[in-house]
Amino acid sequence: MVRGVTFSIGFGEIVTLIGPNGSGKSTTAKMALGVFKPDEGKAYRRKDLRISYVPQKLVVDWTLPINVKRFLSLTNSVSEEEIDKALTSTEILHLINSEIRTLSGGEFQRLLLARALIKLPQLLVRDEPVQGVDFNGEIALYQLIEKIRRELGCGILLISHDLHVVMSKTDRVICLNGHVCCSGTPATVTSNPEFRALFGERVAGELGFYEHKHDHEHLPDGSIRRVDFSQRGDLIDSDSPILREKSNKKGKVKSDA
Amino acid sequence: MLDDFFTRALISGIGVAIVTGPLGCFIVWRRLAYFGDTLSHSALLGVALALLLEVNITLAVFFISVFVAFALLLLQQRASLSSDALLGLLAHSSLAIGLVVLAFMTWVRVDLMGFLFGDILSTTALEIGIIWFGGFFVLLVLFCIWRDLFASTVSYEVALAEGLSPDRANAIFMVLMASVIAISMKIVGVLLITALLLIPAATARAFSKGPEQMAILASAFGVISVFGGLLGSLEFDTPAGPSIVVAALLIFILSFVPKKLFVGARNG
Repeated sequence: MVRGVTFSIGFGEIVTLIGPNGSGKSTTAKMALGVFKPDEGKAYRRKDLRISYVPQKLVVDWTLPINVKRFLSLTNSVSEEEIDKALTSTEILHLINSEIRTLSGGEFQRLLLARALIKLPQLLVRDEPVQGVDFNGEIALYQLIEKIRRELGCGILLISHDLHVVMSKTDRVICLNGHVCCSGTPATVTSNPEFRALFGERVAGELGFYEHKHDHEHLPDGSIRRVDFSQRGDLIDSDSPILREKSNKKGKVKSDA
Repeated sequence: MLDDFFTRALISGIGVAIVTGPLGCFIVWRRLAYFGDTLSHSALLGVALALLLEVNITLAVFFISVFVAFALLLLQQRASLSSDALLGLLAHSSLAIGLVVLAFMTWVRVDLMGFLFGDILSTTALEIGIIWFGGFFVLLVLFCIWRDLFASTVSYEVALAEGLSPDRANAIFMVLMASVIAISMKIVGVLLITALLLIPAATARAFSKGPEQMAILASAFGVISVFGGLLGSLEFDTPAGPSIVVAALLIFILSFVPKKLFVGARNG
Protein backbone atom coordinates (compact mmCIF):
# COMPACT_ATOMS: atom_id res chain seq x y z
CA MET A 1 0.00 0.00 0.00
CA VAL A 2 2.60 2.56 1.04
CA ARG A 3 6.38 2.45 0.95
CA GLY A 4 9.18 4.75 1.86
CA VAL A 5 7.08 7.06 4.02
CA THR A 6 9.04 8.62 6.86
CA PHE A 7 7.82 11.48 8.97
CA SER A 8 7.51 12.48 12.58
CA ILE A 9 5.10 14.63 14.54
CA GLY A 10 6.24 16.64 17.54
CA PHE A 11 4.24 18.45 20.24
CA GLY A 12 2.25 21.38 18.90
CA GLU A 13 2.92 20.40 15.32
CA ILE A 14 0.31 19.99 12.61
CA VAL A 15 1.07 17.63 9.74
CA THR A 16 -1.37 17.23 6.86
CA LEU A 17 -1.39 14.20 4.58
CA ILE A 18 -2.85 14.71 1.13
CA GLY A 19 -3.02 12.57 -1.96
CA PRO A 20 -5.49 11.03 -4.43
CA ASN A 21 -8.01 8.33 -3.49
CA GLY A 22 -6.40 5.04 -2.55
CA SER A 23 -3.00 6.65 -2.14
CA GLY A 24 -2.51 5.28 1.38
CA LYS A 25 -3.23 8.35 3.50
CA SER A 26 -5.57 6.55 5.88
CA THR A 27 -3.35 3.46 5.90
CA THR A 28 -0.37 5.58 6.91
CA ALA A 29 -2.37 7.26 9.66
CA LYS A 30 -3.59 3.89 10.94
CA MET A 31 -0.01 2.65 11.12
CA ALA A 32 0.87 5.73 13.14
CA LEU A 33 -2.10 4.98 15.42
CA GLY A 34 -1.19 1.33 15.82
CA VAL A 35 -4.43 0.07 14.22
CA PHE A 36 -2.42 -1.53 11.41
CA LYS A 37 0.96 -3.10 11.94
CA PRO A 38 3.40 -2.12 9.17
CA ASP A 39 4.65 -5.14 7.17
CA GLU A 40 8.02 -3.49 6.88
CA GLY A 41 9.52 -0.66 8.86
CA LYS A 42 8.34 0.67 12.20
CA ALA A 43 5.97 3.08 13.84
CA TYR A 44 7.36 4.61 17.00
CA ARG A 45 5.07 6.09 19.57
CA ARG A 46 6.15 7.65 22.83
CA LYS A 47 5.35 5.36 25.74
CA ASP A 48 1.89 5.89 27.29
CA LEU A 49 1.00 8.35 24.55
CA ARG A 50 -2.57 9.62 24.92
CA ILE A 51 -4.02 9.25 21.42
CA SER A 52 -7.37 10.42 20.12
CA TYR A 53 -8.68 9.34 16.76
CA VAL A 54 -11.38 10.91 14.62
CA PRO A 55 -12.11 8.40 11.85
CA GLN A 56 -13.18 9.41 8.37
CA LYS A 57 -16.48 7.69 8.76
CA LEU A 58 -18.35 6.63 11.87
CA VAL A 59 -21.86 5.29 11.49
CA VAL A 60 -23.93 4.74 14.61
CA ASP A 61 -26.44 1.99 13.91
CA TRP A 62 -30.02 3.23 14.31
CA THR A 63 -30.80 0.36 16.67
CA LEU A 64 -28.30 1.83 19.12
CA PRO A 65 -29.74 4.53 21.38
CA ILE A 66 -26.97 6.92 22.34
CA ASN A 67 -26.94 10.64 23.05
CA VAL A 68 -24.15 13.20 22.85
CA LYS A 69 -23.31 12.97 26.55
CA ARG A 70 -22.96 9.17 26.55
CA PHE A 71 -20.95 9.22 23.32
CA LEU A 72 -18.27 11.37 24.96
CA SER A 73 -17.44 8.60 27.44
CA LEU A 74 -17.06 5.96 24.71
CA THR A 75 -13.48 5.00 25.48
CA ASN A 76 -12.88 6.80 28.80
CA SER A 77 -14.65 7.71 32.00
CA VAL A 78 -15.31 11.43 31.93
CA SER A 79 -16.63 13.85 34.54
CA GLU A 80 -19.54 16.29 34.11
CA GLU A 81 -17.00 19.09 34.18
CA GLU A 82 -14.98 17.58 31.31
CA ILE A 83 -18.15 17.06 29.28
CA ASP A 84 -19.13 20.69 29.83
CA LYS A 85 -15.72 21.95 28.83
CA ALA A 86 -15.38 19.80 25.70
CA LEU A 87 -18.87 20.67 24.46
CA THR A 88 -18.42 24.38 25.24
CA SER A 89 -15.15 24.62 23.34
CA THR A 90 -16.71 22.88 20.31
CA GLU A 91 -19.82 25.07 20.70
CA ILE A 92 -22.34 22.24 20.87
CA LEU A 93 -23.23 22.40 24.58
CA HIS A 94 -26.90 22.90 23.67
CA LEU A 95 -26.94 19.43 22.06
CA ILE A 96 -25.82 17.61 25.21
CA ASN A 97 -28.95 15.44 25.43
CA SER A 98 -29.61 15.03 21.71
CA GLU A 99 -29.66 11.61 20.09
CA ILE A 100 -26.62 11.21 17.85
CA ARG A 101 -28.73 10.26 14.85
CA THR A 102 -30.46 13.66 14.88
CA LEU A 103 -27.21 15.66 14.50
CA SER A 104 -26.29 17.34 11.23
CA GLY A 105 -23.03 16.48 9.48
CA GLY A 106 -21.26 19.55 10.88
CA GLU A 107 -22.58 19.00 14.41
CA PHE A 108 -21.47 15.38 14.29
CA GLN A 109 -17.95 16.43 13.22
CA ARG A 110 -17.85 18.81 16.19
CA LEU A 111 -19.00 16.03 18.46
CA LEU A 112 -16.24 13.73 17.14
CA LEU A 113 -13.73 16.48 17.90
CA ALA A 114 -15.22 17.08 21.35
CA ARG A 115 -14.91 13.37 22.11
CA ALA A 116 -11.34 13.35 20.83
CA LEU A 117 -10.16 16.30 22.91
CA ILE A 118 -12.05 15.52 26.12
CA LYS A 119 -9.14 13.60 27.63
CA LEU A 120 -6.53 16.16 26.54
CA PRO A 121 -4.72 14.00 23.97
CA GLN A 122 -1.04 14.34 23.16
CA LEU A 123 -1.61 13.17 19.62
CA LEU A 124 -4.81 13.87 17.69
CA VAL A 125 -5.38 12.11 14.38
CA ARG A 126 -8.25 13.34 12.24
CA ASP A 127 -9.27 11.73 8.98
CA GLU A 128 -11.35 14.42 7.32
CA PRO A 129 -14.70 13.39 5.92
CA VAL A 130 -14.97 13.41 2.13
CA GLN A 131 -18.49 14.74 2.38
CA GLY A 132 -21.02 15.76 4.99
CA VAL A 133 -19.57 19.09 6.06
CA ASP A 134 -20.14 22.28 4.09
CA PHE A 135 -17.39 24.69 3.24
CA ASN A 136 -18.02 27.18 6.06
CA GLY A 137 -18.36 24.29 8.50
CA GLU A 138 -14.96 22.99 7.48
CA ILE A 139 -13.39 26.40 8.02
CA ALA A 140 -14.95 26.64 11.47
CA LEU A 141 -13.50 23.20 12.23
CA TYR A 142 -10.04 24.38 11.15
CA GLN A 143 -10.33 27.31 13.56
CA LEU A 144 -11.31 24.83 16.24
CA ILE A 145 -8.36 22.54 15.48
CA GLU A 146 -5.99 25.50 15.64
CA LYS A 147 -7.48 26.41 19.04
CA ILE A 148 -7.03 22.83 20.25
CA ARG A 149 -3.39 22.86 19.19
CA ARG A 150 -2.84 26.19 20.96
CA GLU A 151 -4.57 25.13 24.16
CA LEU A 152 -3.40 21.52 24.44
CA GLY A 153 -0.07 21.78 22.65
CA CYS A 154 -0.73 18.36 21.15
CA GLY A 155 0.63 17.00 17.91
CA ILE A 156 -2.02 16.82 15.17
CA LEU A 157 -2.09 14.60 12.09
CA LEU A 158 -4.73 15.62 9.56
CA ILE A 159 -5.72 13.66 6.50
CA SER A 160 -7.20 15.95 3.90
CA HIS A 161 -9.07 14.76 0.84
CA ASP A 162 -8.58 17.97 -1.04
CA LEU A 163 -5.42 17.94 -3.13
CA HIS A 164 -4.78 21.67 -3.02
CA VAL A 165 -6.64 23.41 -0.24
CA VAL A 166 -5.39 22.55 3.25
CA MET A 167 -5.46 24.15 6.66
CA SER A 168 -3.18 27.20 6.49
CA LYS A 169 -1.78 26.58 9.98
CA THR A 170 -0.33 23.26 8.86
CA ASP A 171 3.38 23.08 9.60
CA ARG A 172 4.03 20.47 6.97
CA VAL A 173 2.09 19.03 4.06
CA ILE A 174 3.01 15.57 2.84
CA CYS A 175 1.64 14.46 -0.51
CA LEU A 176 1.31 10.69 -0.67
CA ASN A 177 0.68 8.32 -3.52
CA GLY A 178 2.05 4.99 -2.38
CA HIS A 179 5.17 6.90 -1.39
CA VAL A 180 5.99 10.52 -0.57
CA CYS A 181 5.53 12.45 -3.81
CA CYS A 182 6.49 15.79 -2.35
CA SER A 183 6.21 17.74 0.86
CA GLY A 184 6.42 21.32 2.02
CA THR A 185 4.56 24.15 3.67
CA PRO A 186 1.32 25.60 2.36
CA ALA A 187 1.11 29.15 1.15
CA THR A 188 -1.73 31.01 2.82
CA VAL A 189 -4.63 31.79 0.62
CA THR A 190 -4.51 35.36 1.81
CA SER A 191 -1.28 35.93 -0.05
CA ASN A 192 -2.82 34.83 -3.31
CA PRO A 193 -5.27 37.42 -4.69
CA GLU A 194 -7.08 34.92 -6.94
CA PHE A 195 -7.86 32.57 -4.09
CA ARG A 196 -8.81 35.45 -1.85
CA ALA A 197 -11.35 36.46 -4.44
CA LEU A 198 -12.59 32.88 -4.66
CA PHE A 199 -12.93 32.09 -0.96
CA GLY A 200 -13.59 35.57 0.44
CA GLU A 201 -11.63 37.66 2.92
CA ARG A 202 -13.25 36.27 6.03
CA VAL A 203 -12.30 32.65 5.55
CA ALA A 204 -9.17 32.97 3.48
CA GLY A 205 -6.90 33.13 6.53
CA GLU A 206 -7.82 29.61 7.59
CA LEU A 207 -7.12 27.98 4.26
CA GLY A 208 -3.77 27.26 2.78
CA PHE A 209 -2.94 26.48 -0.78
CA TYR A 210 -0.45 23.73 -1.35
CA GLU A 211 1.59 23.79 -4.50
CA HIS A 212 2.78 20.35 -5.61
CA LYS A 213 6.32 19.86 -6.82
CA HIS A 214 6.26 16.38 -8.33
CA ASP A 215 9.20 15.15 -10.34
CA HIS A 216 7.36 12.05 -11.58
CA GLU A 217 3.90 10.88 -12.48
CA HIS A 218 1.85 7.77 -11.67
CA LEU A 219 0.62 5.79 -14.65
CA PRO A 220 -2.68 3.87 -14.55
CA ASP A 221 -0.90 0.50 -14.33
CA GLY A 222 0.81 1.58 -11.11
CA SER A 223 4.24 2.27 -12.57
CA ILE A 224 6.04 5.55 -12.06
CA ARG A 225 7.48 7.69 -14.83
CA ARG A 226 10.01 10.41 -14.24
CA VAL A 227 8.92 13.65 -15.75
CA ASP A 228 11.49 15.39 -17.84
CA PHE A 229 11.30 18.81 -16.32
CA SER A 230 13.98 20.32 -18.52
CA GLN A 231 11.48 20.38 -21.37
CA ARG A 232 9.19 22.47 -19.24
CA GLY A 233 12.01 24.73 -18.27
CA ASP A 234 12.06 23.54 -14.62
CA LEU A 235 15.20 22.72 -12.75
CA ILE A 236 15.30 19.37 -10.98
CA ASP A 237 17.89 17.53 -8.99
CA SER A 238 18.78 14.44 -10.99
CA ASP A 239 19.17 12.32 -7.86
CA SER A 240 15.55 12.24 -6.77
CA PRO A 241 14.95 11.55 -3.05
CA ILE A 242 12.01 9.32 -3.96
CA LEU A 243 14.15 6.67 -5.55
CA ARG A 244 16.57 6.76 -2.67
CA GLU A 245 13.82 6.34 -0.10
CA LYS A 246 12.28 3.47 -2.00
CA SER A 247 15.42 1.45 -1.84
CA ASN A 248 16.11 1.65 1.86
CA LYS A 249 13.48 2.69 4.38
CA LYS A 250 10.06 1.23 3.93
CA GLY A 251 6.80 2.15 5.60
CA LYS A 252 8.38 4.02 8.43
CA VAL A 253 6.12 6.25 10.44
CA LYS A 254 7.28 8.06 13.49
CA SER A 255 5.30 10.07 15.97
CA ASP A 256 7.25 11.65 18.78
CA ALA A 257 4.37 13.62 20.24
CA MET B 1 -41.22 -23.99 47.00
CA LEU B 2 -38.85 -25.62 44.47
CA ASP B 3 -41.02 -28.72 44.53
CA ASP B 4 -43.57 -27.25 42.23
CA PHE B 5 -42.64 -27.74 38.57
CA PHE B 6 -44.26 -24.45 37.63
CA THR B 7 -42.26 -22.46 40.19
CA ARG B 8 -39.06 -24.12 39.00
CA ALA B 9 -39.91 -23.22 35.40
CA LEU B 10 -40.60 -19.64 36.39
CA ILE B 11 -37.35 -19.24 38.34
CA SER B 12 -35.22 -20.75 35.59
CA GLY B 13 -36.99 -18.76 32.87
CA ILE B 14 -36.49 -15.49 34.74
CA GLY B 15 -32.82 -16.30 35.27
CA VAL B 16 -32.32 -16.86 31.55
CA ALA B 17 -34.30 -13.76 30.53
CA ILE B 18 -32.18 -11.49 32.73
CA VAL B 19 -29.03 -12.67 30.94
CA THR B 20 -30.39 -12.72 27.38
CA GLY B 21 -31.48 -9.05 27.64
CA PRO B 22 -28.07 -7.32 27.60
CA LEU B 23 -26.48 -9.89 25.28
CA GLY B 24 -29.47 -9.59 22.94
CA CYS B 25 -28.83 -5.84 22.73
CA PHE B 26 -25.37 -6.50 21.33
CA ILE B 27 -26.89 -8.99 18.87
CA VAL B 28 -29.25 -6.24 17.69
CA TRP B 29 -26.64 -3.45 17.61
CA ARG B 30 -24.09 -5.57 15.77
CA ARG B 31 -26.63 -7.18 13.44
CA LEU B 32 -25.68 -10.65 14.56
CA ALA B 33 -29.15 -12.25 14.51
CA TYR B 34 -28.11 -14.89 12.02
CA PHE B 35 -24.92 -15.51 13.97
CA GLY B 36 -27.03 -16.25 17.07
CA ASP B 37 -29.11 -18.67 14.99
CA THR B 38 -26.00 -20.48 13.82
CA LEU B 39 -24.65 -20.93 17.32
CA SER B 40 -27.95 -22.16 18.70
CA HIS B 41 -28.59 -24.58 15.83
CA SER B 42 -25.18 -26.09 16.42
CA ALA B 43 -26.29 -26.71 20.01
CA LEU B 44 -28.17 -29.81 18.85
CA LEU B 45 -24.87 -31.27 17.68
CA GLY B 46 -23.63 -30.62 21.21
CA VAL B 47 -26.61 -32.55 22.60
CA ALA B 48 -25.94 -35.50 20.31
CA LEU B 49 -22.26 -35.60 21.24
CA ALA B 50 -23.11 -35.34 24.95
CA LEU B 51 -25.39 -38.37 24.71
CA LEU B 52 -22.83 -40.28 22.68
CA LEU B 53 -19.96 -39.58 25.08
CA GLU B 54 -22.20 -39.61 28.15
CA VAL B 55 -21.12 -36.17 29.41
CA ASN B 56 -23.08 -33.21 30.75
CA ILE B 57 -25.32 -31.77 28.02
CA THR B 58 -24.98 -28.10 29.04
CA LEU B 59 -21.20 -28.37 29.04
CA ALA B 60 -21.10 -30.14 25.66
CA VAL B 61 -23.40 -27.53 24.11
CA PHE B 62 -21.18 -24.77 25.47
CA PHE B 63 -18.02 -26.25 23.96
CA ILE B 64 -19.62 -26.96 20.60
CA SER B 65 -20.94 -23.38 20.43
CA VAL B 66 -17.51 -21.97 21.23
CA PHE B 67 -16.01 -24.26 18.61
CA VAL B 68 -18.51 -23.19 15.94
CA ALA B 69 -18.02 -19.50 16.80
CA PHE B 70 -14.28 -19.69 16.31
CA ALA B 71 -14.58 -21.95 13.26
CA LEU B 72 -16.73 -19.22 11.78
CA LEU B 73 -14.12 -16.56 12.53
CA LEU B 74 -11.47 -18.67 10.85
CA LEU B 75 -13.64 -19.40 7.80
CA GLN B 76 -14.50 -15.72 7.40
CA GLN B 77 -10.81 -14.93 7.10
CA ARG B 78 -10.02 -17.75 4.70
CA ALA B 79 -13.03 -18.78 2.65
CA SER B 80 -14.23 -16.92 -0.39
CA LEU B 81 -17.89 -17.17 0.63
CA SER B 82 -19.83 -14.26 2.09
CA SER B 83 -20.56 -14.23 5.81
CA ASP B 84 -24.26 -15.05 5.52
CA ALA B 85 -23.58 -18.00 3.23
CA LEU B 86 -21.01 -19.32 5.71
CA LEU B 87 -23.43 -18.82 8.61
CA GLY B 88 -26.17 -20.71 6.77
CA LEU B 89 -23.76 -23.48 5.89
CA LEU B 90 -22.62 -23.91 9.48
CA ALA B 91 -26.09 -23.50 11.01
CA HIS B 92 -27.88 -26.07 8.94
CA SER B 93 -25.09 -28.57 8.55
CA SER B 94 -24.47 -28.68 12.31
CA LEU B 95 -28.22 -29.04 12.92
CA ALA B 96 -28.40 -31.83 10.35
CA ILE B 97 -25.35 -33.65 11.71
CA GLY B 98 -26.87 -33.42 15.19
CA LEU B 99 -30.13 -34.98 13.98
CA VAL B 100 -28.30 -37.73 12.07
CA VAL B 101 -26.09 -38.62 15.04
CA LEU B 102 -29.15 -38.76 17.30
CA ALA B 103 -30.91 -41.08 14.86
CA PHE B 104 -27.92 -43.43 14.81
CA MET B 105 -28.00 -43.87 18.54
CA THR B 106 -30.89 -46.28 18.61
CA TRP B 107 -30.10 -47.24 22.21
CA VAL B 108 -30.90 -43.76 23.57
CA ARG B 109 -34.45 -42.61 23.64
CA VAL B 110 -34.44 -38.85 23.33
CA ASP B 111 -37.23 -36.35 23.35
CA LEU B 112 -36.19 -34.47 20.22
CA MET B 113 -39.01 -31.95 20.57
CA GLY B 114 -37.69 -31.04 24.00
CA PHE B 115 -34.32 -30.07 22.55
CA LEU B 116 -35.77 -28.25 19.56
CA PHE B 117 -38.46 -26.27 21.38
CA GLY B 118 -37.39 -26.38 25.03
CA ASP B 119 -38.54 -28.32 28.03
CA ILE B 120 -38.80 -25.69 30.73
CA LEU B 121 -41.41 -27.56 32.76
CA SER B 122 -38.99 -30.40 33.52
CA THR B 123 -36.27 -28.10 34.91
CA THR B 124 -34.50 -29.65 37.88
CA ALA B 125 -33.09 -27.86 40.91
CA LEU B 126 -29.58 -28.55 39.60
CA GLU B 127 -30.42 -26.89 36.30
CA ILE B 128 -31.76 -23.85 38.13
CA GLY B 129 -28.43 -23.69 39.93
CA ILE B 130 -26.52 -23.86 36.63
CA ILE B 131 -28.72 -21.16 35.07
CA TRP B 132 -28.44 -18.69 37.97
CA PHE B 133 -24.79 -19.34 38.75
CA GLY B 134 -23.79 -19.36 35.06
CA GLY B 135 -26.00 -16.37 34.33
CA PHE B 136 -24.49 -14.38 37.16
CA PHE B 137 -21.02 -15.19 35.88
CA VAL B 138 -21.93 -14.17 32.31
CA LEU B 139 -23.30 -10.82 33.50
CA LEU B 140 -20.24 -10.22 35.67
CA VAL B 141 -17.88 -10.80 32.74
CA LEU B 142 -20.06 -8.67 30.46
CA PHE B 143 -19.91 -5.87 33.04
CA CYS B 144 -16.10 -6.07 33.08
CA ILE B 145 -15.72 -5.89 29.28
CA TRP B 146 -18.65 -3.50 28.73
CA ARG B 147 -16.62 -0.41 27.80
CA ASP B 148 -14.33 -2.26 25.36
CA LEU B 149 -17.17 -4.23 23.80
CA PHE B 150 -19.45 -1.23 23.49
CA ALA B 151 -16.73 1.04 22.09
CA SER B 152 -15.79 -1.59 19.50
CA THR B 153 -19.47 -1.94 18.57
CA VAL B 154 -19.53 1.79 17.75
CA SER B 155 -16.09 1.87 16.12
CA TYR B 156 -13.55 -0.92 16.21
CA GLU B 157 -10.75 1.34 14.98
CA VAL B 158 -11.35 4.13 17.49
CA ALA B 159 -11.39 1.59 20.31
CA LEU B 160 -8.13 0.08 19.11
CA ALA B 161 -6.42 3.43 18.44
CA GLU B 162 -7.36 4.78 21.87
CA GLY B 163 -5.87 1.90 23.80
CA LEU B 164 -8.82 -0.44 24.44
CA SER B 165 -8.75 -4.16 23.59
CA PRO B 166 -11.61 -4.70 21.13
CA ASP B 167 -10.25 -8.04 19.86
CA ARG B 168 -10.19 -9.52 23.34
CA ALA B 169 -13.66 -8.13 24.09
CA ASN B 170 -15.05 -9.61 20.86
CA ALA B 171 -13.57 -13.04 21.61
CA ILE B 172 -14.96 -12.98 25.16
CA PHE B 173 -18.35 -11.95 23.75
CA MET B 174 -18.36 -15.11 21.59
CA VAL B 175 -17.73 -17.23 24.66
CA LEU B 176 -20.51 -15.44 26.56
CA MET B 177 -22.89 -16.09 23.66
CA ALA B 178 -22.00 -19.78 23.77
CA SER B 179 -22.65 -19.86 27.52
CA VAL B 180 -26.04 -18.22 27.14
CA ILE B 181 -27.06 -20.66 24.43
CA ALA B 182 -25.99 -23.56 26.62
CA ILE B 183 -28.06 -22.39 29.58
CA SER B 184 -31.11 -21.15 27.69
CA MET B 185 -31.52 -24.20 25.44
CA LYS B 186 -33.58 -25.87 28.16
CA ILE B 187 -36.02 -22.94 28.26
CA VAL B 188 -36.98 -22.33 24.63
CA GLY B 189 -35.00 -24.94 22.68
CA VAL B 190 -32.36 -24.55 19.99
CA LEU B 191 -34.74 -23.26 17.34
CA LEU B 192 -36.09 -20.37 19.41
CA ILE B 193 -33.10 -19.09 21.42
CA THR B 194 -32.44 -16.22 19.02
CA ALA B 195 -36.01 -15.03 19.53
CA LEU B 196 -35.39 -14.71 23.27
CA LEU B 197 -32.25 -12.70 22.50
CA LEU B 198 -33.75 -10.47 19.81
CA ILE B 199 -37.35 -9.69 20.64
CA PRO B 200 -36.98 -8.20 24.17
CA ALA B 201 -34.02 -6.09 22.95
CA ALA B 202 -36.03 -4.89 19.96
CA THR B 203 -38.91 -3.94 22.29
CA ALA B 204 -36.52 -2.11 24.60
CA ARG B 205 -35.14 0.00 21.75
CA ALA B 206 -38.30 2.09 21.51
CA PHE B 207 -38.17 3.09 25.19
CA SER B 208 -34.44 3.63 25.65
CA LYS B 209 -32.39 6.80 25.70
CA GLY B 210 -29.05 5.11 26.30
CA PRO B 211 -27.38 1.74 25.69
CA GLU B 212 -27.26 0.75 29.36
CA GLN B 213 -30.93 1.58 29.80
CA MET B 214 -31.76 -0.53 26.75
CA ALA B 215 -29.86 -3.49 28.22
CA ILE B 216 -31.76 -3.30 31.52
CA LEU B 217 -35.13 -2.80 29.81
CA ALA B 218 -34.44 -5.78 27.54
CA SER B 219 -33.96 -7.94 30.65
CA ALA B 220 -37.20 -6.58 32.10
CA PHE B 221 -39.19 -7.29 28.94
CA GLY B 222 -37.64 -10.76 28.84
CA VAL B 223 -38.79 -11.47 32.39
CA ILE B 224 -42.32 -10.26 31.59
CA SER B 225 -42.35 -12.51 28.50
CA VAL B 226 -41.38 -15.53 30.60
CA PHE B 227 -44.15 -14.72 33.11
CA GLY B 228 -46.74 -14.17 30.42
CA GLY B 229 -45.67 -17.14 28.34
CA LEU B 230 -45.72 -19.60 31.24
CA LEU B 231 -49.07 -18.38 32.54
CA GLY B 232 -50.47 -18.57 29.03
CA SER B 233 -49.16 -22.06 28.51
CA LEU B 234 -50.77 -23.16 31.79
CA GLU B 235 -54.06 -21.50 30.88
CA PHE B 236 -54.33 -22.67 27.28
CA ASP B 237 -52.28 -25.85 27.57
CA THR B 238 -49.76 -24.77 24.94
CA PRO B 239 -46.04 -25.70 24.76
CA ALA B 240 -44.12 -23.50 27.20
CA GLY B 241 -41.07 -22.46 25.11
CA PRO B 242 -42.99 -21.25 22.06
CA SER B 243 -45.55 -19.58 24.35
CA ILE B 244 -42.77 -17.48 25.92
CA VAL B 245 -41.65 -16.37 22.45
CA VAL B 246 -45.24 -15.54 21.49
CA ALA B 247 -45.59 -13.49 24.70
CA ALA B 248 -42.38 -11.62 23.85
CA LEU B 249 -43.74 -10.91 20.39
CA LEU B 250 -47.07 -9.65 21.81
CA ILE B 251 -45.18 -7.21 24.05
CA PHE B 252 -43.15 -6.06 21.05
CA ILE B 253 -46.35 -5.41 19.09
CA LEU B 254 -47.96 -3.69 22.11
CA SER B 255 -44.94 -1.37 22.35
CA PHE B 256 -46.05 0.20 19.06
CA VAL B 257 -49.72 0.58 19.88
CA PRO B 258 -49.89 3.13 22.74
CA LYS B 259 -47.90 5.78 20.89
CA LYS B 260 -50.07 5.43 17.79
CA LEU B 261 -53.24 5.61 19.89
CA PHE B 262 -51.87 8.58 21.74
CA VAL B 263 -51.09 10.42 18.53
CA GLY B 264 -54.52 9.48 17.18
CA ALA B 265 -56.29 10.82 20.28
CA ARG B 266 -54.39 14.08 20.08
CA ASN B 267 -55.17 14.55 16.42
CA GLY B 268 -58.82 13.69 16.86
